[in-house]
Amino acid sequence: MSQTPTRPIADRTPLPSHRPPVSATYWLQLVVTVILCVFLILPVFLSILAGLTVNYFEGWTSGLTTVWLAKVIDEYSNSIGLSLQIAIACLACTLALGVPAAYALYRTSSRIGRIVEELLVMPIAVPGLATALALIVTFGGWGELRQSWVFILIGHVLFTLPFMTRSVLAVMSSIDLNAFEEAARSLGASFWQRMAHVVLPNCKGGIVAGSLMVLTLSLGEFNMTLLLHTPLTRTLPIGLADAYASLRLEVGSAYTVVFFVLVIPLLIALQRATARSK
Amino acid sequence: MRSSGIAVRLANCARTFADGTRALTGCDLDIKPGETIALLGPSGCGKTTLLRIIAGLDFPDLGGRVFFDDTDVTALPVEKRGVGMVFQSYALFPNMDVAANIAYGLRVRRTAGVERDRRVNEMLAMMRIEDLRHRRIDQLSGGQRQRVALARAIAARPQVLLLDEPLTALDARLRDDLRLEIDQLLRALGITAIYVTHDQAEAMALADRVVVMNKGCIEQIGTPRQIYEFPETPFVTDFIGTMNRLSGEVRNGRLNLASGSIETDAPNGPATLLFRPEDLSLTSGQDAQFTALVTSCFYFGDHLRVTLAIDEHQFLTSRVSPRDPIQPGTRIGCVVENSSLQPAVNDKPRV
Repeated sequence: MSQTPTRPIADRTPLPSHRPPVSATYWLQLVVTVILCVFLILPVFLSILAGLTVNYFEGWTSGLTTVWLAKVIDEYSNSIGLSLQIAIACLACTLALGVPAAYALYRTSSRIGRIVEELLVMPIAVPGLATALALIVTFGGWGELRQSWVFILIGHVLFTLPFMTRSVLAVMSSIDLNAFEEAARSLGASFWQRMAHVVLPNCKGGIVAGSLMVLTLSLGEFNMTLLLHTPLTRTLPIGLADAYASLRLEVGSAYTVVFFVLVIPLLIALQRATARSK
Repeated sequence: MRSSGIAVRLANCARTFADGTRALTGCDLDIKPGETIALLGPSGCGKTTLLRIIAGLDFPDLGGRVFFDDTDVTALPVEKRGVGMVFQSYALFPNMDVAANIAYGLRVRRTAGVERDRRVNEMLAMMRIEDLRHRRIDQLSGGQRQRVALARAIAARPQVLLLDEPLTALDARLRDDLRLEIDQLLRALGITAIYVTHDQAEAMALADRVVVMNKGCIEQIGTPRQIYEFPETPFVTDFIGTMNRLSGEVRNGRLNLASGSIETDAPNGPATLLFRPEDLSLTSGQDAQFTALVTSCFYFGDHLRVTLAIDEHQFLTSRVSPRDPIQPGTRIGCVVENSSLQPAVNDKPRV
């Protein structure tokens, strides 16, 4: 045990600190953080508050209420239901199409494969309105389809498919799937056994991340749906626009609350899934 | 436990890739049942392609044939060939634990659960990894992964075991230990094994016969001793170990050098003689056949590696006892074991 040297009481200057001095970057970071909060988080917070206040123009002092929320759920439950229905159907389609497509793209090294990969991303690059217009021009004359929610579903699948494919393909390329498959083959596994035991389980991270992405995107899709919907096939974001345009601001905001309740858990799950697959 | 191996025969196996690269030119190879064969060569020599053709992961060009015993398996894909394979990257399935990895070959063959468990236990015991049974793959060290990969490959009792550079990813110490273990394992199993490596020490240690390959061709097939002592092509001469060359004019049974001469039975005229570093001893006595200048001297603990200059163009390497007092910059007498001298191999056209 070494003795701690005692310092004279008069000499109580602070001991040298290991903390680096506050630099200019510290202030820059602080400013950026504050700006982000003001423009990202504050509007969200105020919007939610607006949906829960009796009278937005009087502010929250007018009291909090769930009347608007109840009104939205009552009047727009069809939209909410349809949005969930489309999102789940969209997920089913992108799983059925996107995962095999990712596997096929992983397997092929040909030029055609690369071209298909590029084409797959097209619906993201082209404005949603243009894709929707193209769909209407092509299939608008087919009455049953045009009236049906399936028409919206087609648009959503086109838009979300590349997110699923990309997400799965990225995982496939990062784990040396080829070696796993060769190992499984050398042990006698058939194609379907390999798929079930090795390929799909090891791509789970990409599939889960892609699925959450597809659900979130489909639930929030507005551009295409604006043109593809009919008065009878109105999704949540369309209803939201409608509510803002024609009803009280509180109803529109209450709508936002409903939307958040649906989407935020998905976003958190997405964050976790991507963090885990890394 | 002892499973008898099968014979593997390759006839005229060539492989041309889609881009026109010739990975293999017509190779013939006869592997006896239970034999351990090492495919040895520099990277890009075609040894892995040859292994993949035997495995059924790749197929020979038209005209090539692969036989397991007397059965033509050329058209059979890997999943139907009943081979066991150990990959350089191990390729263990990360979604399964150690036991499930080992059991996988039995699982896809629908072996009954009881038998499967018994076999997995047997493999875990054999590889001395019982305590790793429930570990995830990412919790294993390199050496442990190697053992699991081996266990997985042999669990379903394959007819042939194929190993693709299985020790390359490990550090030197572990490599030596595992080399010994693999050797004992292969002897115990009596299985036909084909081992790809670019490390000649590994090939020499493990193989009954070594197949030296270069540029898609088989250069020489022989026991480690035959390959080392009697290289048949210039490539094998240079690739296996270190070979000394002495060139000069032969007159009346003596090869004349700048500072001496050595006896030879080569005919008169220019000649090149080959010998290994361990056959060149250094002396300060009267028995020296010729003298040379010591240019460098490396201490390896168990031996001393000395580089000697005979003239400006000819250098020799000698491997001597670490206790010999040899100083760079001095001249020293050289004696070559006469029986070890062999004439240089001509670059004869291969049939």
